[in-house]
Amino acid sequence: MSTKAVESKTDPALLAHLYRRVGFGVTRDQLDQLAEQDYAETVEFLLNPTPETGIPEDELTRYMGGEAMHAYLAIWLYRMLNSRNQLQEKMALFWHGVFATGLIKNEHVLSGTNQIEMFRRNGMSGIRSIFMDLATDPAMIFWLDNNENHLGEPNENWGRELLELFSLGVGNYSEIDIKHASRAFTGWTFAQIPPVYPHGYYPADFLFDSDDHDNGEKEFLGHKGNLDGGDIIDIIVKQPACAAFISRHLYNFFVADEPQVPTWNDIPPQDPELVDAMSKAFLDSGGEIKDVLRVMFNSDSFKNARFKKVKSPIELVAGILMLAGEYTDYGPGLAEYVQTTTFNMGQLLLNPPTVEGWHTGKEWIDGGNLTERVNFAVEQIGDGLSPGIKKIIDGLVEGDSLSSPESFVASTLDALGPIDVEESTREALIQFASNTEGDEARSRVVRMLRLMVSTPDFQYA
Amino acid sequence: MTVNGNGKAPVLVVLQMTGGNDFMNTLVPYTSGIYYDNRKTVRIDEDRVIKINDELGFHPAAAPLKEMYDKGDVAIIQGIGYESSNRSHFRAMDIMHTAEPLTISTEGWLAKAIRDIDPEGKNVLTGVSFGRGLPRAMAAAGVRVTSVGDLDTYGLMTSVEVEADRAEAMDIFKRFYTPAIGSGATMSYLKQTGDDVLTGIDRLQEVPGQYESTVEYEDNPIAKGLRDVARTHIAGLGTRIFYVQHGGYDHHAIEMPAHENLLAELSGALRDFMDDLREHNAAEEVVIYAFTEFGRRVQDNGSGTDHGSGGGAFIIGDRVEGGLYAEYPSLDPKTYANGEDLSHTFDFRGVYATLLEQWMSVDSVDIVHGKYEQLQPFKTA
Repeated sequence: MSTKAVESKTDPALLAHLYRRVGFGVTRDQLDQLAEQDYAETVEFLLNPTPETGIPEDELTRYMGGEAMHAYLAIWLYRMLNSRNQLQEKMALFWHGVFATGLIKNEHVLSGTNQIEMFRRNGMSGIRSIFMDLATDPAMIFWLDNNENHLGEPNENWGRELLELFSLGVGNYSEIDIKHASRAFTGWTFAQIPPVYPHGYYPADFLFDSDDHDNGEKEFLGHKGNLDGGDIIDIIVKQPACAAFISRHLYNFFVADEPQVPTWNDIPPQDPELVDAMSKAFLDSGGEIKDVLRVMFNSDSFKNARFKKVKSPIELVAGILMLAGEYTDYGPGLAEYVQTTTFNMGQLLLNPPTVEGWHTGKEWIDGGNLTERVNFAVEQIGDGLSPGIKKIIDGLVEGDSLSSPESFVASTLDALGPIDVEESTREALIQFASNTEGDEARSRVVRMLRLMVSTPDFQYA
Repeated sequence: MTVNGNGKAPVLVVLQMTGGNDFMNTLVPYTSGIYYDNRKTVRIDEDRVIKINDELGFHPAAAPLKEMYDKGDVAIIQGIGYESSNRSHFRAMDIMHTAEPLTISTEGWLAKAIRDIDPEGKNVLTGVSFGRGLPRAMAAAGVRVTSVGDLDTYGLMTSVEVEADRAEAMDIFKRFYTPAIGSGATMSYLKQTGDDVLTGIDRLQEVPGQYESTVEYEDNPIAKGLRDVARTHIAGLGTRIFYVQHGGYDHHAIEMPAHENLLAELSGALRDFMDDLREHNAAEEVVIYAFTEFGRRVQDNGSGTDHGSGGGAFIIGDRVEGGLYAEYPSLDPKTYANGEDLSHTFDFRGVYATLLEQWMSVDSVDIVHGKYEQLQPFKTA
C-alpha cells in the first residue's frame, strides 16, 4: 500500500466515495494525488471534462473498433476504466438508464452507439438541448416508434414516455396532453441515405417531414396553438415538475437509492431538502445539468451518503477490474465483461429490459444475481496475480499490517477503498483472520480479499 | 375444491408475456367487420385463422396451442382486465403483480400465496423464478423465494479450486449472510437473499444431472425457461410456484412478423413442456397460467398497435377443463373504454382467486383484496 506521508487536504475515504459515484472507482495512487487538492476543486475538474481524456482514441478504434455491439461496449468499458473524465462516462450511463433505448428492436448498432456518444457529448449541458437531441435522435425515434407517428394516425409511444418516464413523471400531465404532444411530434422521423460508396453500417439522420406533420391546433399543459415538438419541449423544461423529476433521477443515480420511478408520484423523495436545492439550481439556470450536479456533489447529504447505493452490475464489474488493475492498456477480453458478465447479473448495456430502464437499488439483487456477483468478484481476486491485487498484497505483507487479526482486517479494508463494513461483517472477517494466523502471508491475504469482495457490504457503492 | 388425480401437491407455473400481448391477433374474431375495418395492416386474414368455432380462431403461428386446445387442455379467459385499465407498461405490470389497481403496493400476489403455503419459510424452493431479475409478483417482505438465472451454472465461489479454501470461505460467507435485524431494509434483504441462496443451492445443483428426457425443446428463451421449470419440478424439490417470462410483446411497430415469431416460440415451448411432464408422469399436478399486462388498441397504427385493454389469458394443464371462459370483449364501438379500447369482461383478480382457491387451496381474499367472481376451469372428477 502506498499511503504517502504528506498531509492531505481531503479525506481519502471521502474521495473514494466521490469516485465510486462519479465514476467506477479510483486507484490508491490516484487517490493519494487527489487528496492533495480541495474536494470542491476535484468536483470542478470532474464537471469540466477536458479533451485530454487519457484515451488513445485512434489506436483504440483501430484495435478494438468494429460494427458489432460488443466492440462498442468493450470500448465503453475501457473508457470507464481509464478515462480521466470519469463523470462524463457516468453521465452517459445515467442518461442511458433514463432514456433507456434498446438495440434489441433496432439492430442498427450505429444508431444505438451514436446515441451513447450523444450522451457523452451533451450529458452535462442544458436540458433543452438534451431533449431536442433526444427527440431528433434516430435510435430514439425508432425505439419509441415516432417514425410511425403520422398525420391523422398518431402513435403515442414517444409522446407518452417523454412525459411519463423522461421529463415529468406520472401525475403531472393528462392522457389528453399525451395525445396532443404526440400530434406535435408527427413528421419527426429519420432518413437513411446511402453514401456514395456504401459499406457496412451508415448513419441515419433526423428528418422533418412537413407533409406528415399535424399543423392543427393542440393544447398542451395549458398552452394552445399550432404547437410542434420544439414547443412541447419548451413547455416541458419550464415545468417545476421537470426540474423535480430530473433532480430526483440524478439523486437516485448519484446519491442514494430511491424507490422505482413509477412510485414517485406517491412516495416523496427521502431527502426533499437536497432534491429541492437541485430543482432550484435547475430552474435558476434554465436547466443546466452541470449546475444541478455541482449543488449535489458539494452538499453534505452527498458527502455523507456513503454506501447508500447498491452497485449496478456495470459498476460492480468495472470497479473490480479497476481494483485488479486490469485493462490499463487496451486488449482483447473486455467485450466478455459487458456482453456476458454484466448480463448474467441483470444488466446488458444498450439493451435495457424496457423503456423504463433498469430497476435499481434493492432490485439489482436476487438470489441468481447475487450468486453471479459473488462468483465474479471472487474469480477476479483469483490467486492474487493481477497487477492491482498483487500490489495490494505486496503492501500488506511488507508492513506490519498483519500483526493482529484486527489490524489485518482494517488494513485490507483500507487497501480496497477505503471501504466500510458493518460490525457483524467485521467480526466474521476477524474470525477468519484469527483462524488463519500462522498461514503463509500472501495466501492469507488472497483468501481475505476473496472474502471481502463476497460480503453484503461490498454490494454497495 | 378440485383435486388433481395423482394426489401430489398442486403446482402453479406462471408465465408472463411481457409487453402487452395483442389478444385480438392471438384469438382472432375473424367474422367481425369491425375487426377488419380497424385492423387495416395488423390483421390475420380469415383464410389464415385456425378456427375454433364460427367466430373465433387462433393465430396460425399458435398451431401447437390450438392442438392442445382441441385436446381440451387449454382454458382461454377472454377479456381479462379491470376498471380504468392503466396503459403504462410499468404500472400495468405492477397492478398484475400486486393485484392492487388503485394504490402502489410492494407485495406480490404469488409471494403472499407462498407465505400461505409455507408460512415458516421452511423451503426456499417453494417459489422459484427462472430468468433475470425477480418479478414483483414473487416478492414480499419476509417471503423467501429463489431466483435462478441459469440452472446449469448455479453455484457459489465455483472458481476457487482448492476445496479446503472453498469450504473455509463458505463457512465465513454463511456468517456474512446470517439474517439480522437492524441493519436497514436493503441490507436485511441482501443477507436474507444470501442465506436463501446457500439453502437452495446444494439442492438445485443436483437437478440438471438427474434429468433425462426424449423431448427436445427449441432454442429460445421461453423454451429454455420452461425446460428449467420442468427439470426442477421433475426433481421433486417441493416447488409449488414457478415463474417464467417471455418478453417482446410491445408491438407498436412491425407487429406482424414479430408477433408471429413470439406466438410460435411460446406455443411450441408450451407443447414441449407438457409433453416432457407427461413423459415423467409429472403433468397432472401442474397448471400453467399465461398472462400479459394489457391488451392492445382496437385500431392499429399502420404498423403495430398501441397500448389498450381487454386482454386475454390462458390456463393450461391436464386437469383443466378446456374451452372458452368469460366473454370475448365486445367489438361494438359503443362499449369501448376511452372510446378506443376493448372493455374487459372479467376481473383479473377473479382469475387469481380461481387459481389460488380452486387449484392451490389458498384463501384468496387477502391476496386479491376482496371477493371476486371466479371461473370453473378445472375438472371436478
